[in-house]
Amino acid sequence: MAPTSTAESPTPVVEMRDISISFPGVKALDGVTFRLLPGEVHALMGENGAGKSTLIKALTGVYDIDAGSITVAGVPCRFTGPRQAQDAGISTVYQEVNLCTNLTVAENILLGREPRRFGRIDHRALNRRARDLLSHLELDIDPRSTLGAHPIAIQQLVAIARATAVSARVLILDEPTSSLDAEEVAELFRVIRQLRDNGTAVLFVSHFLDQVYEISDRMTVLRNGRRVGEYVTADFGRHQLVTAMLGRELELLDEIAETAQETHRNDMVPPIVSTSDIGRPPRVHPVTLDIFPGEVVGLAGLLGSGRTEFARLLFGADRPTSGHLSVDGKQARLRSPRAAIARRFAFTSEDRKAHGIVGELSVRDNLVLALQARRGFARPLSAKAKNRLVRRYMEALDIRPRDPNTLIKNLSGGNQQKVLLARWLITQPALLILDEPTRGIDVGAKAQIQKLVTELAADGMAVLFISTELDEVVRISDRIALMRDGHNIAQLDGGCPVSELTRLIASGSQQ
Amino acid sequence: MTRRVIASPLLWPALALIALLGLNVVLTPSFLAIRVEDDHLYGSLIDILRNGAPTMLVALGMTLVIASRGIDLSVGAVVAISGALACAHIAAQPDGNSVTTVATAMLIALGAAVVLGLWNGILVSSFGIQPIIATLVLMTAGRGIALLITNGQIVTVTSERFRVLGAGYALGLPVAILVSLAVFAVVATITRRSALGMLLEAIGVNPEASRLAGVRYRTIVFAVYVFSALCAGIAGLMIASNISAADANNAGLWIEMDAILAVVIGGTSLLGGRFSLTGTILGALIIQTLTTTVYTAGITPETTLVFKAVVVIAVCLMQAPKFRRLLRRRRGAAGPPTVPDDDVAESAPRTDTVAAS
Repeated sequence: MAPTSTAESPTPVVEMRDISISFPGVKALDGVTFRLLPGEVHALMGENGAGKSTLIKALTGVYDIDAGSITVAGVPCRFTGPRQAQDAGISTVYQEVNLCTNLTVAENILLGREPRRFGRIDHRALNRRARDLLSHLELDIDPRSTLGAHPIAIQQLVAIARATAVSARVLILDEPTSSLDAEEVAELFRVIRQLRDNGTAVLFVSHFLDQVYEISDRMTVLRNGRRVGEYVTADFGRHQLVTAMLGRELELLDEIAETAQETHRNDMVPPIVSTSDIGRPPRVHPVTLDIFPGEVVGLAGLLGSGRTEFARLLFGADRPTSGHLSVDGKQARLRSPRAAIARRFAFTSEDRKAHGIVGELSVRDNLVLALQARRGFARPLSAKAKNRLVRRYMEALDIRPRDPNTLIKNLSGGNQQKVLLARWLITQPALLILDEPTRGIDVGAKAQIQKLVTELAADGMAVLFISTELDEVVRISDRIALMRDGHNIAQLDGGCPVSELTRLIASGSQQ
Repeated sequence: MTRRVIASPLLWPALALIALLGLNVVLTPSFLAIRVEDDHLYGSLIDILRNGAPTMLVALGMTLVIASRGIDLSVGAVVAISGALACAHIAAQPDGNSVTTVATAMLIALGAAVVLGLWNGILVSSFGIQPIIATLVLMTAGRGIALLITNGQIVTVTSERFRVLGAGYALGLPVAILVSLAVFAVVATITRRSALGMLLEAIGVNPEASRLAGVRYRTIVFAVYVFSALCAGIAGLMIASNISAADANNAGLWIEMDAILAVVIGGTSLLGGRFSLTGTILGALIIQTLTTTVYTAGITPETTLVFKAVVVIAVCLMQAPKFRRLLRRRRGAAGPPTVPDDDVAESAPRTDTVAAS
């Protein structure tokens, strides 16, 4: 179905007008208007923290709106819970499939609406109806099989089948493709198109621009809780889209590569840290690596290749079972993170939520935590010194909202990551270990963090940069250490092409 | 300003306390009267303060333990051991009233309490045993130890000097409440003036993140259990001193429950993290006033617990974010819609969902 222009458009199935929602310390949505037409795939675009999830949660009744109105199929609605939204024909499929993996496919599809006979569930009718629904979507899945036995992609399709079973007028897909491979995405898109052609309005949220351009008819762009605009996808170029999403932050991306070129390590000084056969098999086999002041060493490899585990050995979070380590040319044993911090090491974990932020505390407390811990409780930072530090780093790293009293859990992922970086920068580390610092955060924050890393190295800090994204590693690293199955299989120069890294990761040997 | 007061987590405990006191005035009009005899203050309010002092003390220690994500079930047993040791020592001396004897008795009792706290601390922080299990060990074993110390008897002592702590007066007020308030002042100052409070809250909210940020996780957890046991030790001395006897079976019985209740009523979550010492003091006063109310109202002992339960449930409900939101919505239906603003951030419920997309 062709995208419809505004003039001749049919009545919107969903019309949200001037929606505002505030949370303690954050205005999440500020007068946002959003229209969803029947029979279209509508992409909701924006960085993390732009307000996409909040808008979806307002539409699905998870959040109560502070101002504005929601109309579904011409009827004004005021949802006070997800159930009411579902009854109005709005179904949501989340990134993490929230179905019961221990039940069968059919039971999941019709959960809560099982056909009954004599008060008991009629399994034959249940399976038959589920099979009808699945075949209607041209899906070849056995309704009697256990859901957990299927890969995530199939589970997601089952979740969509479940949504259509409620005869959804509106289907919301929140990051449905993040864990799917190309073939699975194609299958998902086939189903989405089929639903669209049958008149369902599909709201699609994804970080992958390629997919957005492939599947969507129109898009709405949000930035900082406000609507930037509503566009017809075919008439709206990628560069325009990225500019709309990022605003002024785009130029940062160009600067990074330049700065990276300027950083050069000083060969005259000894390494900050040098490991000699440090390992903890089976996760990490002996690694020998030197990290010099002023250089960014990229640690690349697939998930589970031992990158994180090596970083934890380096930081004293785990103890090595082999090898030794020297700091500034002197032998050292790091028995705990404290011991590493005392030698001016810093480490941000890949698991921001579990190992990074202290959610119930304010941004201020989170920022000063590491410094205060190093000083000890008996030497508290004065309120004045604390405020000065906090203000300086919140400005330098552009942490938003700029209110240090906000609880850190109320910040977007990118801003949380910046607070964690600031937590360590305040301690003025000599070695900064960053484990996936840019994962799950938006393009703008990503660019800011990459730029910061290259600047820090230019100022003489040593950085160990861990990332799954090889592009990123190549762009900012002076040297790259490659991990595979717990082995450090190669150490390369920063200039090496991504294809070479990919080949090494795949084959496991250096020619 | 009003908004700030309404949002304050201390509002409901404070109101509950005032309501309870009001109920007592209705039941016994002379309830608020305070007499002065021999420069000592007497009256129901003074009784509440004096009798509530041990619970208050134990609850202060419990607050810090709970803030660290732990719990200390052994405080009742420590109360019994502390009282038993002190009384046994005094009873064994020829002159029970000498300063040396009383001082030694107290030092022995408090020393033992510290050792018991170290035991809990080691189990929790070094061996990583779940706090509820680790302290359960001492909860059950401790009372047995106290009985061994007293040979299963109630050890009575005659020592005017020892009686001062639990039954004596200074500056017109019972010594016991002065001691509890002094401990409160010291702890409040230490936790809020130093960085200890913040580091403790960080540990309670996210132990692993705190450890990776270089917070001395073990040392701090260790310290709160020692402090909790020390508070229980002092409370044990107070109780024994008040009745001039050590009753290993009944001293401090269920005091851990009252202390936990006081902490929860005071607004500190059992999940750890943010804590309020003032809230705990209010909580302890509510519990003690309840007990007193039950006596003055002539409620039969059988219904006492039910009465206590009703009040506790009411206070806890008023603090529950979901319940408060429900109330607000009710009110909001009549008036203009309530817009959450920055003032609410102080008391932002921990169940609040993340605002970011």
